[in-house]
Amino acid sequence: MPISDTTREQMREIAARYPSARSALLPMLHLAQSEEDEISTDGINACAEVLDITPAEVTAVATFYTMYKRERVGKHHIGVCTNTLCGLLGGDAVWESLVEATGAGHNTPSADGEFFLERIECQAACTHAPVMTVDWEFMDDVTPSSAVEVLEALRRGETVHSTRGPAIRDFQATEHTLAFPDDGLADAPSVDDKMLAGLRIAKERANELANEHGMTGGNA
Amino acid sequence: MSTPLTPVITEFWDRPDLYTLDGYRAVGGYQGLTKALQMDPDDIIAQVKESGLRGRGGAGFPTGMKWGFVPQGDGKPHYLVVNADESEPGACKDIPIMMANPHALVEGVIIASYAIRANHAFIYIRGEVPNAIRKVEFAVKQAREAGLIGTNIQGSGFDLDVVVHSGAGAYICGEETALLDSLEGYRGQPRLKPPFPAVAGLYASPTVINNVETIANIPYIVDRGVEWFRGFGTEKSPGFKVFAVSGHVKRPGIYEAPLGITMRELLEYAGGMRDGSDVKFWIPGGSSVPMLTPEHLDLPLTYESMAEAGTMLGTGTPMVFDQTVSVVKAVTRWLEFYKHESCGKCTPCREGTYWITGVLEKFEHGHGEEQEMETLTHLCSQISGRSFCALGDAAATPYPAAMKYFRDEFVAATHTSADEQFDPIASYVFAGAAAR
Repeated sequence: MPISDTTREQMREIAARYPSARSALLPMLHLAQSEEDEISTDGINACAEVLDITPAEVTAVATFYTMYKRERVGKHHIGVCTNTLCGLLGGDAVWESLVEATGAGHNTPSADGEFFLERIECQAACTHAPVMTVDWEFMDDVTPSSAVEVLEALRRGETVHSTRGPAIRDFQATEHTLAFPDDGLADAPSVDDKMLAGLRIAKERANELANEHGMTGGNA
Repeated sequence: MSTPLTPVITEFWDRPDLYTLDGYRAVGGYQGLTKALQMDPDDIIAQVKESGLRGRGGAGFPTGMKWGFVPQGDGKPHYLVVNADESEPGACKDIPIMMANPHALVEGVIIASYAIRANHAFIYIRGEVPNAIRKVEFAVKQAREAGLIGTNIQGSGFDLDVVVHSGAGAYICGEETALLDSLEGYRGQPRLKPPFPAVAGLYASPTVINNVETIANIPYIVDRGVEWFRGFGTEKSPGFKVFAVSGHVKRPGIYEAPLGITMRELLEYAGGMRDGSDVKFWIPGGSSVPMLTPEHLDLPLTYESMAEAGTMLGTGTPMVFDQTVSVVKAVTRWLEFYKHESCGKCTPCREGTYWITGVLEKFEHGHGEEQEMETLTHLCSQISGRSFCALGDAAATPYPAAMKYFRDEFVAATHTSADEQFDPIASYVFAGAAAR
């Protein structure tokens, strides 16, 4: 499927952000993926044309980074962290349950094209282990059953919220955000109890101290 | 408990509007910038040097010194690049900072750019965290609309453009020169140093690359001063740290405290270990630094004290594992990670991570051979110091550290698999039906 003229125009727009146009290649590939649900030869050629470099040069980059997929992802990309901490704290069991529930495998979509599974590396959310991502939005502290429930709700077309982020859209929408991050969703709640754990203790201590001084000093 | 928690970067995270310009300003945000723009840029560099702030990305290099390496009056464009590629296993503090307090990062970016005379700054965020990317983009947009980014900022004559850049999945791009190649639109592979980025970095121009948390410290230092900052921490490790405690503790989460707090104190704040559980091993700052054991719990978490103990403070994000965890399995999993993430440029790292992983997997399945423990030691020594960047060194770290404290488990793994030695279900943080 050829890349549309609109997308090419947007690629030029991204290139204009940088002192050197080639710097735009990563976000441009995300944009191509947002249109095609994969990095196709057409997407590679469009990037090459816009940047005036060879398709081979673009291919070298596209094949280096794991977020670019050379086959169609389908509706939702599901990542499960199976690095040491998440994996051993239960991510391995979460992974098994999703494989069983979807019939998909690592870097492979389910037969109905609904879910593409990937064993992902550390997602920088170890405090929220085991961590799953849906279209790269956080689904923190999952269990094998809660993870499957998330997928079932998505399959039923229900609104599912990221635990720290907006309502889930789909894989292509996230890829568009990576190219154009001003997506209007910055107001999604993103701070949770675990991020506030230390702050709350510090505030309690401060209150206790203030009360002690209040009692001994007699000042209101 | 002797060392109190000291929320600074995290102080107002319970304000739902902190991510907005108004919310951030309501708690004193951008006061540092106003002060900075009235200062001579060299004086800001001097102030950051005097503060003793050290890089929070892992290496702990003095930030002011890094800024001072940028040649001034050289007629070349200068660049500031923020390394927001947080991907180190165990590290989970930059992403929360960007989601909760993005304006602290943006304000720091503007001040740092002004100090090093950069008119272009880039925030390189790993692609797998769209929610951090959109928050930072939103903060940049608001700052631009308020005239805090753009031309002639607050009448200072200083111009700055800030670009939020999405990565695409490659741990190696957290290595600063690989990040530069990636930001230039290439495969993220490290460069030979020297020349260092301060002289020839992005587009072969002088470039400072700083971690998110490092930059988020800057507004507070400029606003509140060196003396205030040095009131936290130790002589060699001044300031506070956004510690992220994960693993088998009761309350994993973010705990901001002065450098020099001990792991035992952090553990206590985190509610202690889960019921019926003891610390088996812990890692102070990411899988790339050697593991420690319960005997090290009372050491101050500073750059110098961790170095004395034979490890590093690293990212300051301790992972704590209890007695249910197989060290052999943990180390194997980390090596699988390094093998996956090796960029392939240097032979010792590319081939070495492949072979180490293969041998470790034999041990994990209970088929290790006694003499292969030597083979692994040899392989690690063949990688360490023999690659362009620290990924190779990091890959050579977990096994020797594990052997130092848990040799018996590798011996047992010559006949009994990791899962037979340690029931994996016992390590899960959910129990009963959920664990199936």
